[in-house]
Amino acid sequence: MSYFGNRVQRREDPALLTGHGRFIADHQPPGTVHAAFTRSPLAHARIRSVDLSAARAVPGVLAVYTHDDLPGLPKGARLPLHVPNAAITKPHTQAPLADGEVCFAGEAVAVVVAENSYVAEDAAALVAVEYDDLPPVSDIESALNGGHPSHADDADNVAAQLTVGYGDVDTAFAEAAHVVQATLKPHRGGGHAMECRGVLAQPDADGHNLTVRSGTQAPHLVKRSIMDVLGLSGDQVRVIAPPDVGGGFGPKAIVYPEDIIVPALARALGRPVKWIEDRREHFLCTTQERDQIWTVEMALNGDGTLRGLRGTMAHDSGAYLPWGVIMPYISATTTPGPYVLPAYQLHVTCVLTNTVPTTPVRGAGRPQAVFAIERLLDQAADQIGLDRADIRRRNLIPADQMPYEVGLTYRDGSPVIYDSGDYPATLEAGLERAEYTSFAERQRAGRAEGRLLGIGMAFYVEGTGLGPFEGAAVRVQQDGRIVVQTSAAPQGQSHQTVLAQLAADQLGVDIDQVSVVTGDTATMPIGIGTFASRIAVNAGSSVHVAAREVRQKIVDLAAAVLEVDAKDVELADGEVQVAGVPGSGRTFGELARIAQGMPGFSMPGGTAPGLMADSYFSPKRSTYAHGFHVAEIEIDPETGAVDIIHYVVVHDCGKVINPMVVDGQVQGGLAHGVGNALLEVMRYDTSAQPTTTTFADYLLPEAADVPVADVVHLESPTDLNPLGIKGAGEGGTIPAAAAVIAAIENAVAETGVRINHHPVTPAEIHHILHTAAPAEVSA
Amino acid sequence: MATTRQIDCTVNGEPVTATVETRLTLADFLRDQLTLTGTHLGCEHGVCGACTVHVDGAAVRGCLMLAVQVDGSAVRTVEGLSDGDALSPLQQAFRENHALQCGFCTPGVLMSMQSFLDEHTNPTANDVTEALSGNLCRCTGYAAVVAATLQTARDGVEHHDQSPTSGGNGS
Ligand code: FES
Ligand code: FES
Repeated sequence: MSYFGNRVQRREDPALLTGHGRFIADHQPPGTVHAAFTRSPLAHARIRSVDLSAARAVPGVLAVYTHDDLPGLPKGARLPLHVPNAAITKPHTQAPLADGEVCFAGEAVAVVVAENSYVAEDAAALVAVEYDDLPPVSDIESALNGGHPSHADDADNVAAQLTVGYGDVDTAFAEAAHVVQATLKPHRGGGHAMECRGVLAQPDADGHNLTVRSGTQAPHLVKRSIMDVLGLSGDQVRVIAPPDVGGGFGPKAIVYPEDIIVPALARALGRPVKWIEDRREHFLCTTQERDQIWTVEMALNGDGTLRGLRGTMAHDSGAYLPWGVIMPYISATTTPGPYVLPAYQLHVTCVLTNTVPTTPVRGAGRPQAVFAIERLLDQAADQIGLDRADIRRRNLIPADQMPYEVGLTYRDGSPVIYDSGDYPATLEAGLERAEYTSFAERQRAGRAEGRLLGIGMAFYVEGTGLGPFEGAAVRVQQDGRIVVQTSAAPQGQSHQTVLAQLAADQLGVDIDQVSVVTGDTATMPIGIGTFASRIAVNAGSSVHVAAREVRQKIVDLAAAVLEVDAKDVELADGEVQVAGVPGSGRTFGELARIAQGMPGFSMPGGTAPGLMADSYFSPKRSTYAHGFHVAEIEIDPETGAVDIIHYVVVHDCGKVINPMVVDGQVQGGLAHGVGNALLEVMRYDTSAQPTTTTFADYLLPEAADVPVADVVHLESPTDLNPLGIKGAGEGGTIPAAAAVIAAIENAVAETGVRINHHPVTPAEIHHILHTAAPAEVSA
Repeated sequence: MATTRQIDCTVNGEPVTATVETRLTLADFLRDQLTLTGTHLGCEHGVCGACTVHVDGAAVRGCLMLAVQVDGSAVRTVEGLSDGDALSPLQQAFRENHALQCGFCTPGVLMSMQSFLDEHTNPTANDVTEALSGNLCRCTGYAAVVAATLQTARDGVEHHDQSPTSGGNGS
C-alpha cells in the first residue's frame, strides 16, 4: 500500500503527548549557565553611559557585557541583511548589542550570565544605563510626516521604494466606466508561537568548536550568520534546530541578536550558555507584521470586468530590515490574485519606525493584498449594482487559460505564472457549500427577528514551494533501517511523518523502518529554512528523488549479488528477492553491509558504494495554490460581538501527502486569520512604547473564537515537482480577514459604513451600529 | 541571599522531598529541579495555560504557584497521565484526531481537558469549548482538540466499567 495520500498517524505524537518532547528549554547540559538581557526602555535614544558594577556584584553572576567589551564580538558588528535588494537605500540591521544608539524599546543593551536565570534577571535589572532621549517615530504616518528620523543619522525614514506592475494603467483609468477608491489599513500582529525563542550554545572541551541549538526555522541561516558576525569558520560551528520547536509562523525564520550573543558568551566563558526568551521579550523583540496603508483605486468596465488597479502602499518596516523588503514585495505581487487584471501599478514605500522590525508572519504580506483587492471588489459590486459573487465570476481567470502569466516577477525572481487550478470551479464550490443563493433569505428572516447576519467572501492565490532548494539524504543502514536526513527544521508541520511517508513509499518499507533527522547543519551542509509553505515541495521532492535513487541502487546491487537481471528483482518489506522466488532474497540490511564494502575487495558487479543518495530538488519556479473562503457571521447588536456561524474553506494545494496534516494546517491557519480579523492588535503609543505586551492585552484567538472550517478539497496538481504538490501552510490564513470583515460590513450594510481596516473589535461594531460611522482607526 | 524551605509532596504518585527557593515557581520546580520538562511555559503570566498541572486533583497554573505552596500536596503532571508506555484514552484521542501540531501547548491542554473530563461525563461541544478557553494554542485552531475530548468522553461513557481511574495523584 502507499502512504502518499493517506491519513497516516503522526510519529511525533507519542513523545509530545507524554511530556517527553525535547524543546530548546528542556536541554540542560551539565554546567549550563544562563543569560539575561538588559533592554532599552526607550524607543529611541543615545546611550550616554552604562554602569555594570552593581550587576557584576550580584552573587552568582559570572559576567556582564556590552557591545564594547563582549569578547569575540567585533566592534561595530551588525546582523546580516538576509535578502538584499537594490531598492533598499537604508539597509539598517541591528547590532547584536546596541552600539551607541537604540532604535526600539526592547533593543538589547547589555547581557548578564549567571548560575541560574533568576539571578541573571535580577542582575540584568541592575545594569544602570543613562540615555539621552531622541524623538521617536511610532508609526507610518509619523514616519512620513513627523519631521524627524528614526535613526539619528538619517535624513528621513524612507528605507526603500519600489514600483510593481504591468500594463497601461493610465489608459485603463481614462477609459473606465467605474472607478472605486479606498484607503485600507490592514493590521497584523505577531506570530506568537506558544513557545518563545531560545538559544543554547555549548563549546567543546578545547573551546574551539561550538554546538548551538536554536529554536529556529532556519538553522543554516543561523550558522552562516554566526560565522559572519563572529568570524568563525564553518567547521567550528554546528547549529541544530531541536526536533521539537513550539511553532514558528515566520518570526523564527530570521536571525536575532541572541543567536549571535549566546554563542559568543559560550566561547568567552567556556561553558554552555542558555537563554530562553520570555513572553514579554517576545512582544518587545521578536519580529511582527503590523501595519500597511493602501491607498488604491480600481477601474472597471460597465459590466464589472476589471480594467486596472493602481495606488500606493506604505509599509512599516520597523527599526531594521533583517528580511529586506520581502514582505511588502510579496504583498505587492499578490494583489492581482485570481483575477484577469489587465493593468496594475503599485508604488511601495517602506518606512523605518522606532518599533520592533517587521518580517513575514504566516501569510507573509499576502493577507493585506487580498484584503485590498477583495474589499475594492465588494465596493465596486455595490457601486455597479452587481452581486458580490457575480463580480468575482466575471473576473476570475478561466481554467482554460492555465498556465496563466500575470506579468509580474515573484519574490524568487521568476515570473508569476499560475501553473494550475480551476478558479471558477473553486468559487462555485464555495458558494454552494455556503448556501450562498439562499443567504439573502436567511438574512431577511434574521432581520425580522432582530438578528444581524452577514456573509463575506475572499479568494486568494499563493505562490508556494519556492526555491532555491531544501535538500535530503536517504540511506539504508546495516540494520536495514532507512535514515532520511534533511536540512529542513519542523515547528509542528509533521516532517517526521510526511517525509517518512515519501521514503517508505519509494522503498516499499513500513514507515516505522524510517527515521527522519531534521535541521542539523552537521548532517546537511546547506539549507534554506522552513517558511513560505515550501518544505513539502522542496524537501519532500528531495526525499522522493533521493529515495528513488536508493531504490535503484538496491536493485542494482541485489541483481549483482543474486546474479540475475535487474528487471527480475523485486522489493518488498525491506527485502529484495528474485521475482516470484520467495526466500531467494537478501534483506536491506544485508545489502547495506555489502554496499559498505569489504577492505581490499572490489564492489560487486561494479556497483556504487553505499546504499545512499542525496538530492537538492530545485523547483523551476513557485507553484501557485489557491482557495476561496466564505464566512457567515452573526453580530450581537447589544455588544457588537461577532459569532462566525459557518465558515467555508475551499482549498486547493494540488496533491496531498497526508490529508490529516493539511486539514490541521487549514484549521490552524484559519484561527490565525480570525485573530487578525477580530482580535490581535500590536499597539504602540505615540512615544513608540509598546502597550500590548501580555496575553491579557494582546488577544489571541481562544477556542470559542474559532469556527470549525467546513473544508472543500479540490486538487489541481502541478508539474513543477515530481509529487504534484503545492504548499498548504498559509491558505487558511490568507483570505480569512478579508472574508470576515466583508461579512461584518454586510451585516451592518444598513448603516452604509465601509470597513477597510482590521481587526474590528466589538466596541467598534457597536459604535458603527449606533452612529453609522466608522470608529477612529489607529494605523 | 535567597531564602529556601524544605517541602514534602507527591509528584505523579512518587514522594518528593526537596529544598526550594521560596520564590521558585511550581513550574520551574518541576522543570528544573525534578527535570519533569513536560510542563511548559508559554507566557509566565497566567494566560496561556501551557503550564497547567493538577494539584490535589484541581487544574492549576504552574507559573502562578510557588513550589512552597505544594508542600503536603499531590501534584500530577503530563508525565503522570499515561500508564507506562500506553497512552491514556485522552492522549490516544488527541493522536487520532490530530489535536496537536507543535505539541508545545499540548501538556497544558491535556491536563485541563483531563481535569474537565474527570468532572463531566457527558459534555457537549460547547461545554468542551468553554473548558478549553483557558488554554491557548497557536497551531491547531482548537477544533481537533474539542473533537478528541468529546470522543474520549463518549468512549468513557460507553466503556464505563473499564474506564481507568483519573487518579495517580494520590488524592
Ligand atoms: S505559562 Fe502559565 S499560563 Fe502561560
Ligand atoms: S500544538 Fe502548537 S501551540 Fe498547540
